[in-house]
Amino acid sequence: MASINELIERIHADSSEEIVTEYLEKIEKSKLNAFITVAKESALLRAKEIDSQGHDGPLAGIPIAIKDNISTKGIATTCASKILTGYIPPYDAHVIEKLKEAGAIIIGKANMDEFAMGSSTETSFYGPTLNPWDTTRVPGGSSGGSAAAVAGGEAPLSLGSDTGGSVRCPASFCGVVGLKPTYGVISRYGLISYANSLEQIGPFATSVRDVATLFDVISGHDPRDSTSVDRETNYSSALINDVKGLKIGVPEEYFAEGTDKNVEKSVRDAINTLEELGATSVEVKMPHTKYALSAYYVIAMSEASSNLARFDGMRYGLRTEDSDWHTTFSQVRAAGFGDEVKRRILLGTYALSAGYHDKYYLKALKIRTLIKQDFERAFRDADVLIAPTMPYPAFKLGEKIDDPISLYLADVDTVPINLAGVPSISLPCGFSGGLPIGMQVIGKHFDEAAILRTAFAFEENTDFHTRQPEGS
Amino acid sequence: MYENPDGVMIGLEVHVQLNKLKTKVFCGCSTDYHNDPPNSHVCPVCLGLPGSLPVINRKAVEAAIKIGLALNCKVEEHTQFYRKNYYYPDLPKGFQITQYDFPISSGGYIMIEGEDGEHRVGITRAHMEEDPGRLVHEGTIDKSKYTLIDYNRSGMALIEIVSDPDMRSPKEARRYLDKLRNILEYLDIFDGDLEGALRVDANISIMGGQRAEIKNISSHKGAERALLFEIVRQKNVLRRGGVVVQETRHFDEAREITLSMRSKEEAHDYRYFPEPDLVPLKISGWAPAIKEMLPELPDARRMRFVEQYGIMDDHAKALTSERKVAIFYEEVAKIADPKISAVWICDVLKGELNYRDLTIEAFRKEDMLSVIELLMSKKITEDGAVDIIRTLLDKGGSPEEIVKEKGLLKVEGDIVSTAAEEAIKENPVAVSDFKAGKEKALNSLVGSVMKKTKGRADARAAREILLGKLG
Repeated sequence: MASINELIERIHADSSEEIVTEYLEKIEKSKLNAFITVAKESALLRAKEIDSQGHDGPLAGIPIAIKDNISTKGIATTCASKILTGYIPPYDAHVIEKLKEAGAIIIGKANMDEFAMGSSTETSFYGPTLNPWDTTRVPGGSSGGSAAAVAGGEAPLSLGSDTGGSVRCPASFCGVVGLKPTYGVISRYGLISYANSLEQIGPFATSVRDVATLFDVISGHDPRDSTSVDRETNYSSALINDVKGLKIGVPEEYFAEGTDKNVEKSVRDAINTLEELGATSVEVKMPHTKYALSAYYVIAMSEASSNLARFDGMRYGLRTEDSDWHTTFSQVRAAGFGDEVKRRILLGTYALSAGYHDKYYLKALKIRTLIKQDFERAFRDADVLIAPTMPYPAFKLGEKIDDPISLYLADVDTVPINLAGVPSISLPCGFSGGLPIGMQVIGKHFDEAAILRTAFAFEENTDFHTRQPEGS
Repeated sequence: MYENPDGVMIGLEVHVQLNKLKTKVFCGCSTDYHNDPPNSHVCPVCLGLPGSLPVINRKAVEAAIKIGLALNCKVEEHTQFYRKNYYYPDLPKGFQITQYDFPISSGGYIMIEGEDGEHRVGITRAHMEEDPGRLVHEGTIDKSKYTLIDYNRSGMALIEIVSDPDMRSPKEARRYLDKLRNILEYLDIFDGDLEGALRVDANISIMGGQRAEIKNISSHKGAERALLFEIVRQKNVLRRGGVVVQETRHFDEAREITLSMRSKEEAHDYRYFPEPDLVPLKISGWAPAIKEMLPELPDARRMRFVEQYGIMDDHAKALTSERKVAIFYEEVAKIADPKISAVWICDVLKGELNYRDLTIEAFRKEDMLSVIELLMSKKITEDGAVDIIRTLLDKGGSPEEIVKEKGLLKVEGDIVSTAAEEAIKENPVAVSDFKAGKEKALNSLVGSVMKKTKGRADARAAREILLGKLG
């Protein structure tokens, strides 16, 4: 699979148009259903423009897939929901502006769980995305289309969003690299909110280096997002193949019962590999981890119940037959939202209601503070933490979709990171029965440099990331 | 001491639109939409398009702090925005960004002229929120076939000023509104004449009943009417042995009645929670600098006018009760005699403007100066001056032209003297009555002189001359 550097060389030798055409053909032939919308015409047009006029951006002429909850001017943005049928944003998200400035070409909008609610990409109104390693299995979610597109060779790069693991989970299941940055590092302007206090846009690629390059392009301050931070950064320069003296914290709570034996072994082997390279490891205690999942779902659903109130059919998207506004609102929402979205809106509404607000929402916020303190304590003894991304490799399509609780439980190792707002990168660290296993390297707030460096050193000294699914 | 026999308690929630800001509260859209087509001042943020995010307008926060300080409130250390969740077509996000805990300011008061003199009305809090769009119904709201939505107003900065239930009569409520509007105009943060600039919800209860909240009041006069109706309604309910329940009522401005909208049981659960897209704002450091820049407020200006210009307190109060009038007065008093200026502006000009439903902008200060100058140099009479002011307001022109056209130049003393002699000759009865001690008989002689001089004589001078000739 081609890296950014290889693609740039090819673009210089041949043309961007040729590269884009190849990817478009790949997408057309694919059975993965990684895309909701393929932006064929605009992508080719832009490729020709770059070929003829030249462009000196770091991603000049390189195609990229964008999760379909990131607003793209002139390209339908559906959130994989029926309710946004026909909605074409009149503006670009901040990250899209950045990508365009860098010369990247938006090749299409990637499939996802409806409104990013899910861990399997099975709740999409446009049907599930298949895992390129085994098409009977899920690609993970909610950014399943973005991860599958990169793993399946349908795009060299992609963007996802991570509210409770939605970048790292599919990265792990599809055997690619995915980063969830520190809260505030990438502007959320244009990202259609699921749970605003938890989520970040994140890059996918087949290597840590490409993830860092893409991250450099899309990060940075944006005055249109009040939670965006203003920091000078150059993440690519953090990629040093040296972990001597690095202190790795190993939170035992992340290897709890229910974790697949092969997953546990691969992650522990990976820690050994890093130790052989000069790092040391220490066990850290994160005693509130067991409450994270409940707190996460209460907060995420509460915010979602409010964020999704705007979809009422009055201004854009699905519109049912007109009646009085009460009736039309209800009909639009009944017809437009899928079951999982409705479930989360109802639960979130309940959690915020008078009489329950303190019992659920406020309590969840308190747990969030305790989780943050767990991380602060752990980072007194460690530079980075390493844990499994997911407790198991990709599961079968249909296996969990009718059992929401078991599906929610899959997020047990990813959600604490979002509650704390710290960065985490998932990268391949092993295989089990032909399916990739991912580990996550978690860092202190704004210390993406440490996790990128750790991940880079691991990658440089192993070959898990070079393996590819058949036919990709 | 005002008895308040029915135990009336009124609290008001006033929504003030910061329409003098250049941009809306969470986006860069212009606030100058009042003469533009619907939905022409909108962007992804104020339309609530998916993915858009609010960013606070710092000028709006400054204005809110200004208001808090002017209302003697405490400005909080931190302020935080919340979401108020409810569905309505004019609300493009399905929630309104407002404040809940940690409002910008709280715990203030203003003084009004109450039923029994100076009366203090507490200010519970003053907080910021965004204005929804505007619904335009085809025909009436209940028979309309469709409704149009104009989002130009969506995202305008509003300050909600909540009073304590300290007003004891509809009249006090109206005076509170007048005073509040006056203070806000002094702060130069809103134009009260623009549509939707100031909107009122009123809470009212009487002894023995629960409170009703009245919505949809759009004027000060409307507030007084709605409250008067509501007191009668609540008293009638109690008199018939009924129970005044807590409910929300709608004011029907045309019929001047209030109608039940929903009871307490049907009240909305707004599910307030902190707006995740706006970080808490530390504002304690802003207040001192804003306080420095606070303009002189009506009560202070009134005291200064009495002191500086030596005018009566009643005049000072009347002059300062509208910021524009106060400015007009000071400009006139810089050149003309301050006391005479106060008399003519308060006692004549304001009345004539009021009669014609005009504001002070309808009269030029140069014309006021000319009229006072003509009077002071005794070229015209007081009646003539009133005539000039009326003519200027009705037909325009200049004072000098009007004097010429209407022949208002005061006549000379010997003509008055001749007219007085004639009047004495022609009215022997009045003369003998006067000499018999009936002082009022002099008035008919003065009237006769005025008639003969076609009003151009100075009435006071005519009286003096008559007294001299009769004495």
